[in-house]
Amino acid sequence: MNQDFIQTLLLTGKLATWTTVLLLVVGFPIAYLLAYKRFFFKPFVEALISMPMVLPPTVLGFYMLMAYSPQNVFGAFIQQVFNVRLAFSFEGVLLASLIFSLPFMIQPLQNGLVSISVSLREASYTLGKSKWQTFFHVLVPNMLPSIITAIAMTFAHCIGEFGVVIMVGGNMPGETRVASIAIYDEVQSLNYETANQYSFVLFIVSMLILTLIYSINGKKKLL
Amino acid sequence: MLKIDIQHAMLTSDGKATLEVCTEIEDRELLCLFGHSGAGKTTLLRILAGLTKADKGRIVFNDDVWFDSAQKINIPPQQRNVGFMFQDYALFPNMSVERNIRFAQKCSDQNQVDMLMELFELQSLKNQKPGQLSGGQKQRVALARALAAKPNVLMLDEPLSALDFEMRLALQGEIRKAHNLLDTTTLMVSHDVDEVISLASSMLFIRNGKVISEGRPDEVFDACVFRKVLQA
Repeated sequence: MNQDFIQTLLLTGKLATWTTVLLLVVGFPIAYLLAYKRFFFKPFVEALISMPMVLPPTVLGFYMLMAYSPQNVFGAFIQQVFNVRLAFSFEGVLLASLIFSLPFMIQPLQNGLVSISVSLREASYTLGKSKWQTFFHVLVPNMLPSIITAIAMTFAHCIGEFGVVIMVGGNMPGETRVASIAIYDEVQSLNYETANQYSFVLFIVSMLILTLIYSINGKKKLL
Repeated sequence: MLKIDIQHAMLTSDGKATLEVCTEIEDRELLCLFGHSGAGKTTLLRILAGLTKADKGRIVFNDDVWFDSAQKINIPPQQRNVGFMFQDYALFPNMSVERNIRFAQKCSDQNQVDMLMELFELQSLKNQKPGQLSGGQKQRVALARALAAKPNVLMLDEPLSALDFEMRLALQGEIRKAHNLLDTTTLMVSHDVDEVISLASSMLFIRNGKVISEGRPDEVFDACVFRKVLQA
């Protein structure tokens, strides 16, 4: 296997891993708020988070690209403060990927939290346990299938992402060229064999992830 | 002593009603909150535990103010130190019987866990998860867990409602055992006359959010029967 092939797959894995880890940290507080708190703008926030599921990736990619431009406030701020150029860079693709994959992390976590009986949380409170203790000792262990689903769905979705990445990252080897873009590029160059290798790897990884989710959910139903 | 003077708007199957309770409960009482479904019994228990915030009023346990709407005091359930047993028992499904009891302790004390498991005959079940237990076994674990926190007040929300008749009779003894061991106030929600007479040392008869009678169960029920005879 050539160096480009390995490099592209490693970059794809790196993007999916970073996206999943960061979204797990950011997603839990958001899912907790949406599951347990009532506030005036809640339907608006829920709709906003779910937008990437219905919006064409190119639309989000276009807006992200505009925002990344140093001529706009956000892009200029990031460049001045962090000295990072977001357009056509790994950091820019990662940020776009975080936003685009947000619903795949938030929705399973929110559903998992809602499915836990209110009396379990209240029982923990009456036993003197804080909200943090209740979160780590009661909520998290009782929603593990939802957490695994959220992680797997986010990772799988990120591996297959094409539209947003090509809009904000282009096709730069080692920087923004992920497997889904490499497939498109190889087909355009009539390199069907390499395109097939990339496709086969993505097919197997996606299949394994979905099999994992269904086997976990199947076990949950049997219990 | 637990002093209660609260008002709280609630929605019942008959429409809107106001829960109004003003009473004092002596230490070591086993008091039953008796009434039909929707009378406000569980709401009152939840307000006392701090799980629901009353609209107005004041709750004082000994010298501790748990709730005072005028002074904007509302102590959270974590700091009221009440043992609350839920209707569905609310055992943590991820923990074994032993871990459920140990989780309730403020300081780890294996001797107390062993003592409670022995008292409620749970030794053989200590490694089982709640999903593997029968209704009666769950009730015993929930009682043991509530006691493990050494609460100031034990609150039981219809603890026997999900059980069949024979099991109810057997587990009334467990509740008495728990009350005696704790040697403090126990509040229990029930709508079963036999259960109240058998267990309670005093009762509040609640109808549509109002306390219509209170005192010893035999006196309260005798007065109710007498009133019905007079009305007939």
